[in-house]
Amino acid sequence: MATVEELKAKIVQLEMKLEAAQQKGPKRHKIDVMSSEVVDSNPYSRLMALKRMGIVDNYENIRNFTVAVVGVGGVGSVTAEMLTRCGIGRLLLFDYDKVELANMNRLFFQPHQAGLSKVAAAAETLRDINPDVDIKTYNYNITTVDNFQNFMDTISTESLIGGQVDLLLSCVDNFEARYAINTACNELNQCWIESGVSENAVSGHIQLVIPGETACFACAPPLVVASNIDEKTLKKDGVCAASLPTTMGVIAGLLVQNTLKYLLKFGQTSNYLGYSALTDFFPTMRLKPNPVCNDNYCKIRQKEFEARPKVIELVKEEEDEKPLHEDNDWGISLVDESANEPEAKTQMVDGISLEYSLSNDNDVPKSSKTAQDDVNLEDLIAQMKSI
Amino acid sequence: MVDESTRKTLSNIPLLQTKAGPRDKDLWIQRLKEEYQSLIKYVQNNKEADNDWFRLESNKEGTRWFGKCWFIHNLLKYEFDIEFDIPVTYPHTAPEIALPELDGKTAKMYRGGKICLSDHFKPLWARNVPRFGLSHAMALGLGPWLAVEVPDLINRGAITYREKQVENAS
Repeated sequence: MATVEELKAKIVQLEMKLEAAQQKGPKRHKIDVMSSEVVDSNPYSRLMALKRMGIVDNYENIRNFTVAVVGVGGVGSVTAEMLTRCGIGRLLLFDYDKVELANMNRLFFQPHQAGLSKVAAAAETLRDINPDVDIKTYNYNITTVDNFQNFMDTISTESLIGGQVDLLLSCVDNFEARYAINTACNELNQCWIESGVSENAVSGHIQLVIPGETACFACAPPLVVASNIDEKTLKKDGVCAASLPTTMGVIAGLLVQNTLKYLLKFGQTSNYLGYSALTDFFPTMRLKPNPVCNDNYCKIRQKEFEARPKVIELVKEEEDEKPLHEDNDWGISLVDESANEPEAKTQMVDGISLEYSLSNDNDVPKSSKTAQDDVNLEDLIAQMKSI
Repeated sequence: MVDESTRKTLSNIPLLQTKAGPRDKDLWIQRLKEEYQSLIKYVQNNKEADNDWFRLESNKEGTRWFGKCWFIHNLLKYEFDIEFDIPVTYPHTAPEIALPELDGKTAKMYRGGKICLSDHFKPLWARNVPRFGLSHAMALGLGPWLAVEVPDLINRGAITYREKQVENAS
């Protein structure tokens, strides 16, 4: 047992510690207008310098934009931090997970945050970094029936002017959540960018989805989830998913770069950008929407897009190329041999291949009859219970 | 990809027809009936083959499912609770089956005890939308997972046999 004096001394000690902990140094105050003044105390001087350099015309407009980040994990948290440091107007953060020590191989979160919800922990850090950003948090799983409607409502009403968000960034780690985001965005006609890092942590991608104009997530069979392997090889050593802070940081960087280009309209926004870490290969391509997409709203958006007048992009007229060889005494010409080749598989960019193709719906076995109209659901539930 | 006995099991499970998810109101009821009919047939098949290994039931909307599965290893019966939600995007995406009590005991699991299905099951599911239902998710998803993981969990001492489990199950 400690004496009263000892305890009193302990209290004094702890009070001093508490005081020290509370004084975390000067806090940054809110700033009304982004200034381009070059002084040490201006957190926006280097960003506003982009205007002076002729890269962005209107950097301060970033404050008018609302971006939703769905999934605040390895990619999402870094994405949110980058947008916060860039001075985005409002951030909506969605995640239902908690911070765990197992997340510490990734960036952003710190060990003392273990146990907190990811959105709450992220919001606290981000508000510290830049109090000008309005951060809203949503701590739920978007794929369940109960939460999905709230998710849709939030996306369509929570921008700074009470309307639809300007862009949604998918930083989730599973197929189900991506599909749910895709469903919501097709219905709401919401532009979004999908991002992903492979389970083996050495490749990733970002993909801009403009409903009706570019391929949605349901248009093409996913390139990552599927691989036909024998059940016996199911038992893999180690873990289900690996992750590296490097790959996740690269993908978050590509994602936010594309976001800035899209929102502030500078440079070329990428439609699809891949990253293969092992070969340092960055394939890019444009994905057209699938006219027989599984998602009905995608097809509706495609029709709407078709009906809209097209913006004709100005293409620089290239000078007529002269023939490679001026004279051709021997009459040498190229013969097209491609006609003899078997029907080519869906054309993909180098380094990307489809893992599986969807079967034709016509080969559904007709023999398998299940539900008749005369059966009652309650009876079936009771029957299942009584087995 | 699928071994012969699985193929046989599979051919005896009724396929489904209605492509509808929990947001589709009346069509979902139709789908739910098909789910139950398929599940009932599958459980009956299992019983006939002396290989009864799970029970499932749902809330009345059919959006949340729970039940039990059991696995025999060295003549001892190990039992686990099952739970999962039907995602809004069902049946385009398969349900994420969870065995909460095994959370943290094996690497082949995601948070909350969701079993890892990405390699052996999801491609199969994607190719068979909307014909596969919950019974197929059990036969091709959870079944193989248990067969691989449970013996390993037992050997590593991550789970131990409990007498009570048998009483509960019987």
